[in-house]
Amino acid sequence: MTDIESFRTETRDWLKANCPPEMREPMRSEADACWGGRNAVFQSDAQRQWMETMAERGWTVPHWPRDYGGGGLSTAEAKVLKEEMARIGARSPLTSFGISMLGPALLKFGTEEQKRHFLPQIARGEIRWCQGYSEPGAGSDLAGLATKAEDKGDHWLINGQKVWTSYADKADWIFCLVRTSTESKHQGISFVLFDMMTPGVSTKPILLISGSSPFCETFFDDVKVPKDQVVGEVNRGWDVAKYLLGHEREMIAGMGLGGIGGPGAGSLGAALNLDNPLLRADLAAFDVDALAFAAMSERFFEMFKAGEAHPASPSMMKYAGTELNKRRHELVMAAGGSDALEWDSDRSKNGKSARDWLRTKGNSIEGGTSEIQLNIVAKHILGLPGA
Amino acid sequence: MPLLTDDQKMLQETASSFLAEEGSITKQLRQWRDSGCTDGYGSDLWKQFGELGLTGICIPEEQGGLGLGAVEATLVLEEIGRNLTPSPFLTTAVVGAKAIAGTAHAERWYPGILSGEAVLTLAVDENRRHAPEQTALTAERRGNGFVLNGTKQFVVHGNSADVMLTVARTAGSPGEESGLTLFAVPKGAAGVESVTLADSSKAARLAFNNVELDADAVVGDVDNGWAPLSRALDAGRVGAAAELVGVAAGASTMTVDYLKQRKQFGKLIGEFQSLQHRAAHLYGEIEIARACALKAAELIDSGDAKAELMVAVAKAKAADVASLSVREGVQMHGGIGMTDEHDIGLYLKREAVLGELFGDVYYHRNKVAELSGY
Repeated sequence: MTDIESFRTETRDWLKANCPPEMREPMRSEADACWGGRNAVFQSDAQRQWMETMAERGWTVPHWPRDYGGGGLSTAEAKVLKEEMARIGARSPLTSFGISMLGPALLKFGTEEQKRHFLPQIARGEIRWCQGYSEPGAGSDLAGLATKAEDKGDHWLINGQKVWTSYADKADWIFCLVRTSTESKHQGISFVLFDMMTPGVSTKPILLISGSSPFCETFFDDVKVPKDQVVGEVNRGWDVAKYLLGHEREMIAGMGLGGIGGPGAGSLGAALNLDNPLLRADLAAFDVDALAFAAMSERFFEMFKAGEAHPASPSMMKYAGTELNKRRHELVMAAGGSDALEWDSDRSKNGKSARDWLRTKGNSIEGGTSEIQLNIVAKHILGLPGA
Repeated sequence: MPLLTDDQKMLQETASSFLAEEGSITKQLRQWRDSGCTDGYGSDLWKQFGELGLTGICIPEEQGGLGLGAVEATLVLEEIGRNLTPSPFLTTAVVGAKAIAGTAHAERWYPGILSGEAVLTLAVDENRRHAPEQTALTAERRGNGFVLNGTKQFVVHGNSADVMLTVARTAGSPGEESGLTLFAVPKGAAGVESVTLADSSKAARLAFNNVELDADAVVGDVDNGWAPLSRALDAGRVGAAAELVGVAAGASTMTVDYLKQRKQFGKLIGEFQSLQHRAAHLYGEIEIARACALKAAELIDSGDAKAELMVAVAKAKAADVASLSVREGVQMHGGIGMTDEHDIGLYLKREAVLGELFGDVYYHRNKVAELSGY
């Protein structure tokens, strides 16, 4: 038996023995995810146990080095673990912006001390993170951000406001872009980390067109941050941010797959009530595009892993995936007729169709608008002038 | 979906440099169009395809071919599409070779295909729409053979092909998938009206008036032609999809280059965001269409049950995307794009023909719906 085959056998046995049956049930919604954190609210003992058992083995972050709380698995082993988890329908033990966003940035830009301090906490789900990027005056033009960090000798003094901070009201720490110099737009930004309990930090939830949301406004009023909590060089935070945005776009692009070509998913046309030939035609056209995008996603991830994808290609994926998802929900609404317009009935599951449809409108705005993604493709892939 | 292997990349490079050099628009398409060539393609180039081994891609190794599959064929076809190279490659080396695989006809025709001499084609459509199950052309048993009556149209290379693989009804009625039989009809057996299509390629309308064929003209089994026909058609559809991806990519490269050269209002027109966004959108669509053609080809090669669905997706998507690419191409070139002198219009014409071949966008969208259960 080769090493990878025996790894598969061991993994299969271990998962069988350690993954609680409740954690093999499909997740019903985002609320079923395990987010961890200082004030973690576990839905069940099984959820807590699953997170802790996996964390102990380093398998909340299987591909991170063991020194930082990871599993130290090779790419092939991590793939096997993923496959074996999928085989039994095991839920992700821990959902975390620390894992998906901050971790990769720390691994690339963090000091050894920062890595040893922060990464194991992320891996064990002890600290829940949020991301402070956008500001009321800095959306698409993110580098125009104005939240100010003044050098006060032994600490930074931060004043300003962030917006669209997901789960800021539940997060323990924030990774945040702040202006440390006004001499250069892009090279005057730093990437800082601080505790949300620090005096002067406050949050306020944002109500969306679709209803309540994880988004918050986050305010900083004379917040003191220790000097060693900058990731990367001072004034070079934009490099970190750009690297991290690449990860975020990949993640959002994956949403285009939501229910399409994924496990157990099928055709949208087959899922809906079709009583009109013109609607059927639109759905067939959509299914073609959705299946085509699923093939693209598969190829994209293979190319990305093999280092063959163009560095700007996540922008193409994000654009295509989110536009597709919006179209999907337009069709769901069209097929649903007036049933789909009910907002608060039990029959409509509290207006699920309408709320989901409205929420997708943000997909092509958050994480960089479609127009920004097209700018990136035009400039970096097509090499068009002045883009 | 695994990425291309080193061997596949080598094949792609071979096809790419060969077709860019020998199959260019100037050397081939314009040459044959403007000289009034009745075949519509160059027979010397077809022999070169043979010398490079490309004609044997879908022919098993033990019969002298490369023993490769649909994935490799798509790599060659994308390059053919990019250069608008008129060639019997798709109908002969892909559809023809697949249709006769494992039959006595393979021994008869594979040597000629391998040397780049024989040309095969498929005669399936009888109407302006592709609808193989609607086949009405009849083949009635008479003596030791069959007598064929009916018509075919849109038979690509039908005026020059050595053999026309003709779908005929030996039982049942139009609309039924059973009762169809595939016949190898030799050149000269049926009446041929040569037709020049919008892209300067040659197709034929065939008239069968009591055409007598021996029983050994049957390819495969009598009345059970649907399965082998579908296999050949699906290979052709993925092939056409790949060629369309090439057409889309060739047109978009030409257009993006033009955006970087043409100046108006004292600026390169590529600086205008309205054009940048359309070009960027098109880039993504072409990537998606390519991924789709490769995926469908891969499912065919692995004999996966989902191949049929993905083939329909690939053909519909590639035709949609290529259509977008050529329309945007002509529009962004402005007035020069409307002239015969400029090549961009040739892409528009080629797309129209390939988009129709083996089922248009509506045919394949409908198929996706049916296969998905609605």
